[in-house]
Amino acid sequence: MKRLLVLLILWLPVYAHAALNVFACEPEWAALAKEIGGGDVKVYSATTAMQDPHRIEARPSLIAQMRRANLVVCTGADLEVGWLPVLLQNANNAAVQPGRPGYFEAARFVPLLDKPARLDRADGDVHAAGNPHLHTDPRNILRVAEALTARLAEVDPANAAAHRARGQAFAARWQAAITRWETRAAPLKNLPVAVQHKSFSYLLAWLGLREVAVLEPRPGVEPSVSHLARVAAQLQATPARAVLRAAYQSPRPADWLASRTGIPALALPYTVGGNARAQDLFGLFDDTLDQLLKAAP
Amino acid sequence: MLRPALLAAALAAAFPVHADAELDALRAELRELKIAYETRIQALEERLKATEVEAGAAQIRTAEPREQAAARPADPTRSNAFNPAISLILQGQYAHLDNRGERGITGFFPAGGHAHGGTERGFSIGGSELVISASIDPTFRGHLIAVLADDEVEIEEAWFQTTRLGQGLAIKGGRFRSGLGYQNERHPHAWDFTTNNLVYEALFGEGYGNDGLQLKWVAPTELFMELGAEAGRGASFPGTDRNTNGAGSYALFGHLGGDVGASNSWRAGLSYLAAKASEREGELEDLNDEHAETLFSGKSKIWGADFVWKWAPNGNASEQNFKFAAEYFRRSERGSLCGHDEANEGCLTDTEDAYRSRQSGFYTQGVYQFMPRWRTGYRYDRLNPGSVDFGSNPLELATTDYTPTRHSLMLDYSPSEFSRLRLQVSQDKSMESVRENQWFVQYIHSLGAHGAHTF
Repeated sequence: MKRLLVLLILWLPVYAHAALNVFACEPEWAALAKEIGGGDVKVYSATTAMQDPHRIEARPSLIAQMRRANLVVCTGADLEVGWLPVLLQNANNAAVQPGRPGYFEAARFVPLLDKPARLDRADGDVHAAGNPHLHTDPRNILRVAEALTARLAEVDPANAAAHRARGQAFAARWQAAITRWETRAAPLKNLPVAVQHKSFSYLLAWLGLREVAVLEPRPGVEPSVSHLARVAAQLQATPARAVLRAAYQSPRPADWLASRTGIPALALPYTVGGNARAQDLFGLFDDTLDQLLKAAP
Repeated sequence: MLRPALLAAALAAAFPVHADAELDALRAELRELKIAYETRIQALEERLKATEVEAGAAQIRTAEPREQAAARPADPTRSNAFNPAISLILQGQYAHLDNRGERGITGFFPAGGHAHGGTERGFSIGGSELVISASIDPTFRGHLIAVLADDEVEIEEAWFQTTRLGQGLAIKGGRFRSGLGYQNERHPHAWDFTTNNLVYEALFGEGYGNDGLQLKWVAPTELFMELGAEAGRGASFPGTDRNTNGAGSYALFGHLGGDVGASNSWRAGLSYLAAKASEREGELEDLNDEHAETLFSGKSKIWGADFVWKWAPNGNASEQNFKFAAEYFRRSERGSLCGHDEANEGCLTDTEDAYRSRQSGFYTQGVYQFMPRWRTGYRYDRLNPGSVDFGSNPLELATTDYTPTRHSLMLDYSPSEFSRLRLQVSQDKSMESVRENQWFVQYIHSLGAHGAHTF
């Protein structure tokens, strides 16, 4: 028994370092880690585009993946506060604890919007650090990509040069794509829209869209029919061209509003895997823009 | 007299070794420096080459990205910046129960310890739980759960845990809920029903807690696998506090878990607990239906199996989800039993004889969230009186083959992640010849830090 244990322990480090295991909390960071890490990393995405990243069960399978991870890439800003701490505490993986190089929070490299002036749970599910849905602005993805490149090089020094080369190549392609998207999105400037949850604040700020209504009475609180009726009345006064929701969100509120007011409801992919076209980060923004441009006059 | 000589000898012996060790350390340091510089120069050369190749490209980022926090001016110094995460759980209920002087489970020793309310009629508040947790330093994490109730503050958990042992190992020390079973580590505010299930009530009271040490190992496999071992004081039921050195109880547990597709996930486990009891107070009925006070000394062994299955469409639990859980426990006790009365210490004369029992029980439950914020659930509890052997039975205690059961149905509404209101109705048949319908209306509110819940 003792010999078996010793053997097991001797064998573990070799086994763990065969490929750099990246545990991504959300699909967008999984996609980014794949772009930069290429064949040198094995990426596991803890969530899919069909799941609400605020509300994830700390499933045993996630603990097992966290245990094997060399690098954890999450959004931070309290987005994963309901489940990530449980995984970190139960996976017994010293390398990915907060403060260690193996723990990466995207929100630390991006200026956050919607920082609440006061912190009170009476205002709903507010995030003290600010709005965590930061990847909906591609310029933020560029910022995170730079930081993640540096982090991958630090955690995986053997392949540091390769990570940096891929990181730079991605940054160049991404920069070109941003320029292309910004040119295409010119007609979207000042387009009034309603959103179901504040999932798209960064996207709207980037392209200059106007958010004229939020369907949720308070962040994270499902709208009631009476509240939706008030929103519908509000939209009579300040009309919107589209109602936006993320793929994982319930279609009911946006559809109800659409049927009531005739404003088209758009299910944006929100993240990689959110629909058939959003299979990587480039597809995500291509599809998002295509959908928005259809709503523009 | 001897001491200075010894000290001198020790110093003489230590110095050369010390000097050698220092030299070795210096050499090692130099070697490390050399290696570090060499690798750095190599890396620099590589980077130079890379930049030369990319010189034509439009953008060269010279500065490494800096974390946002570092870019901002420092906040004013605050003495409370390192305050731990604090949350307070308020719970209370209205219970409509029959008037019974004493409650117990027929055929089972009453498990010592307390219950968080549950048997009080009318309005009552349960214990208010204060949870404080933080990292202690890079090596340890600390956690405290205190229950505030009338005239008492009870420390339910107060432990530290290592955070950087590596190899999937962690050591927990202090007072903690044992890792056995599924529900055991959950405090009443995280239960799916207002009242505890009969098996836990009969075997552990509320849950099995211990003062001691726990070693847990998580395997580096895709299938979730964890093994744990505990040794502790063993003061809580079914053990007792004993005036001895060493450990009074040991526990072993293992869990497996995983996903089936995107929508299903499961966890299954086996647990074992061995505890020693010395003059454990109990109360049983004798052949004349009178209460007899007893003392048990001996060993109590429990093994159990637990299983949890959760379903959510595409793994998105916010709209709809379903949870199934079942646990089975079997307890065997072996030792001696004697009569006792309040006035005297120890056994009454000529009442002691051998005692052996083998009893078991299980519960099974399903909880369904049928729309956001609303859940309904059903639980069935059942105990098996098994076999109880009083030896020559000098106390003339009664054995029973009554099977205690309970059905519970609940409906709860959670306006947010921080609040929950619940209605529960139970048909309780835990006492022989009593069938009681119980009604509960309960609230559970959580203030402060966002709690993260386990699977």
